Amino acid sequence: MRSEISLLIVFLLIFFADTFGGKKTLKGLSITACVLFALHTIWNIIPVETTSAFGGMYQTSPMASMVKTVLNIGTFIVLLQSVSWSENPDVKVRRGEFYELLLITLFGMYLMVSAGHFLLFFIGLETASLPMAALIAITKKDSESYEAGAKYLFTAVFSSALFLLGLSFLYGVSGSLYFGDIAVAISANRTPLLIATIVFVLAGMGFKLSLVPFHLWTADVYEGAPTQVTSYLSVISKGAAAFALLLVLYKVFFLDPAIWQGILWALIVLTITIGNLFAIRQKNLKRFLAFSSISQAGYIMLGIISGSAQGMTALVYYVLVYIFSNLAAFGVISSIERNSGKLSMDDYNGLYKTNPKLSVIMMLAMFSLAGIPPFAGFFSKFFIFASAIHSGFYILVLIALLNTIISLYYYLLVVKAMFINTENECVIPAFRSDNASRVSLVVCVAGIVLLGIASCVYGYFADLSMLGI
Amino acid sequence: MNFLSLFVLIPLLMMLGLWISRDMKQIRTVAVIGSTLLLALSVYTLVEFLAERAAGNTATMLFTDSRMWYAPLNIHYAVGVDGVSVAMLLLSSIIVFAGVFASWKINPLPKEFFLWFMLLSTGVFGFFISVDLFTMFMFYEVALIPMYLLIGVWGSGRKNYSAMKLTLMLMGGSALLMIGILGIYYQSGLHSMNVVEIAEHGNIPMNWQYFLFPMTFVGFGVLGAMFPFHTWSPDGHASAPTAVSMLHAGVLMKLGGYGCFRVAIYLMPQAANELAWIFLILTGISVVYGAFSACVQTDLKYINAYSSVSHCGLVLFAILMLNTTAMTGAVMQMLSHGLMTALFFALIGMIYGRTHTRDIREMGGLMQIMPFLSVGYVIAGLASLGLPGLSGFVAEMTIFVGSFEHTDTFHRVLTIVACTSIVITAVYILRVVGKLLYGAVQNEHHRELKDAEWWERLSVITLIVCVVAIGSFPHWISDLIREGVEPITNLLSQAL
Repeated sequence: MRSEISLLIVFLLIFFADTFGGKKTLKGLSITACVLFALHTIWNIIPVETTSAFGGMYQTSPMASMVKTVLNIGTFIVLLQSVSWSENPDVKVRRGEFYELLLITLFGMYLMVSAGHFLLFFIGLETASLPMAALIAITKKDSESYEAGAKYLFTAVFSSALFLLGLSFLYGVSGSLYFGDIAVAISANRTPLLIATIVFVLAGMGFKLSLVPFHLWTADVYEGAPTQVTSYLSVISKGAAAFALLLVLYKVFFLDPAIWQGILWALIVLTITIGNLFAIRQKNLKRFLAFSSISQAGYIMLGIISGSAQGMTALVYYVLVYIFSNLAAFGVISSIERNSGKLSMDDYNGLYKTNPKLSVIMMLAMFSLAGIPPFAGFFSKFFIFASAIHSGFYILVLIALLNTIISLYYYLLVVKAMFINTENECVIPAFRSDNASRVSLVVCVAGIVLLGIASCVYGYFADLSMLGI
Repeated sequence: MNFLSLFVLIPLLMMLGLWISRDMKQIRTVAVIGSTLLLALSVYTLVEFLAERAAGNTATMLFTDSRMWYAPLNIHYAVGVDGVSVAMLLLSSIIVFAGVFASWKINPLPKEFFLWFMLLSTGVFGFFISVDLFTMFMFYEVALIPMYLLIGVWGSGRKNYSAMKLTLMLMGGSALLMIGILGIYYQSGLHSMNVVEIAEHGNIPMNWQYFLFPMTFVGFGVLGAMFPFHTWSPDGHASAPTAVSMLHAGVLMKLGGYGCFRVAIYLMPQAANELAWIFLILTGISVVYGAFSACVQTDLKYINAYSSVSHCGLVLFAILMLNTTAMTGAVMQMLSHGLMTALFFALIGMIYGRTHTRDIREMGGLMQIMPFLSVGYVIAGLASLGLPGLSGFVAEMTIFVGSFEHTDTFHRVLTIVACTSIVITAVYILRVVGKLLYGAVQNEHHRELKDAEWWERLSVITLIVCVVAIGSFPHWISDLIREGVEPITNLLSQAL
């Protein structure tokens, strides 16, 4: 419970500062939030032992605790990147709300990650989704932001309904909502109802993870939401949902994995391929990253389908690397958006001449997302493929690998725009980004460059996953 | 620390040096010092290697060193060299050295150019010293991606198209390769990525070999320009800047041949014996098809690029003959082709830098205008068509003698077909030499052009000396290679 409690303390401190603080307190609110959150991250960096509370409703393991740290690191980077954005006059008045809502969604994700009972899991899921809709719609005067918020709300509610339907079936089959009890009750019989349950659970979580065919909300929401919220949505929310799905499948349906592996196989192929094919044509960089993140979700699922501890290690490692790479990309995009208001890939033509550092960071992010060595993305892709191959999914991995060629194509388009294309009259002028986002970008680059070469992180995750979930 | 790691460390340090250097002079200093050190290091490796062998050390790999990197998957950073990799290291360092001088006046962005160029070299050197499948694969991919920017930014012609095509096709190859490597790792039953260990103790089930051998062979074969996966090569070479064409045709394409030899055949000899015929046909087509295509091109770089397809096809062809003589010939052909094609591309780059055209119809009589470059071109051409005394002859002779050791009709016919490429090579080489160097001067403006500068001369002379050295004294190099090839051919004959 340590991490939940310290997150609540951070939340309450920010809440009180926002509600009762004077003008002076409010001025330093963003920095205070960053510092408090950094302390929270460091405080929880050592994983807790396996414990359970509330009669087994809440269960945590070293690995789950590590996942929370991974999410913390990502959230910390997002907070750094939103410091100067939150100074916008439109956002400034509701800056406190931004931090509160963000931390509440994170709290919901914590609950999902360490649930031992479907009720708690569902509460976590809702806590993570509903405030998110408010976050997406936080820029008051932007109608696109409102539209995106509404879209997200509807899909979230719909997917929750599907998930609940699945849960009610599951309760019918097993007579309990505790993960352990269900696993025992459904052990041997592969009834149609059980298969329907799994379909509904996967569909419900598929919406959160934006797996194809449940992905249709993604691009619009990512485009409409403020860039900071988009980056939070695309990495943190996705990473938490991926691990939560892994938890449910490994803890509840582990005795007959063939059922969900078959469904997941098809979902992965669809997700990776369609995400990639749609990403090719995107010119708006936020939509571009939306589709890229759809296909990345497909790669993350490769860790789940293997059904092994190795897959879990690879998944958490992949999420960590993905956080650094994607947040580096979003950091560059939001810096440029704030300073010049430009978001289209064509506007990036010749960026290397005016903003060499940002271009190099963007290039590293793209290479890491595409899986080019010696950057971390290569290692995470290799390990996630290795885990799937170990469980015998050769054809699936081959399809995924052929898809990396398509993804390399569109990631290289961004690199090409920045480094090779020059035919552009209105190049983005040189500018200096604010200190907080510079720090965040340095953290991301360090992650991209070092995570792969320093093997200790993966080794540590592997040790933790041996301890079970 | 093992001294082989210096091959990776020096280019990395050079990148650091380039990063902090401010003007062209400092950039050149760093590049020259670094590439000279690399050359010296590879010569030192050769000397040490020969001394060690003379002292009676018969281990497959010498100077081995292995450090645990990723313990959960038993991935090591493992280095070691045998005769073949020593030869390849020598080749790479010569070409990097010559390449630095060939890009003396690179413009624009010289610093970035050399940074990417050195990253490319890091990948190449790392690949040749690795004996761990994962490290090998990683360095292989490190060598691929700088090509995209090197061609895209500094290239000429349809550079965007060529750069993207090259990168995507080679990445496609490495996708197959990744499956192959992971398959070998999980099926060999050893839980090891070490090449020598898998070859000596591993036992990959036969049905898996049928799947994994084509994966790895095609994966590396794409880089070795095997028909029908060669189409990236002419466009890529034609659009790349001079030094990159040199390094790419000279060394990077050899990564493909070396990989086929070291991974596909060495680790799966049974499948190699059974499936070699399919790839023999494909590479036979590369040899002849590449040569014929070169005959009808009018762009100097395209001519040479297709000739590379033909010659690199011959490398794979000889490897697939699976006997010691032909395989020795294959590695000699890698060396010989690497040197002479680098020489070709260097000269073409220098000529293009002066005349601003590569179309042979628009040039003529260059022998009167730039005698040094023209003589260099003639020597490269003669080496390419196999004049005795130059490297091409030794290599091709060994290959065809080795191929003819097979007595069955299939191999005989293919050998004869491949032999015809020698004649076709003579056609396209002599056509260019006659048209470009002799005959009337086509463009009067060309009369004002100057001959080579000192850095260009240095680059050209280095390469010519090596071509002649291999051609005139082939013995020491073929002995060196032979003892690297023998462990593999022994495994192959055991597997029969």
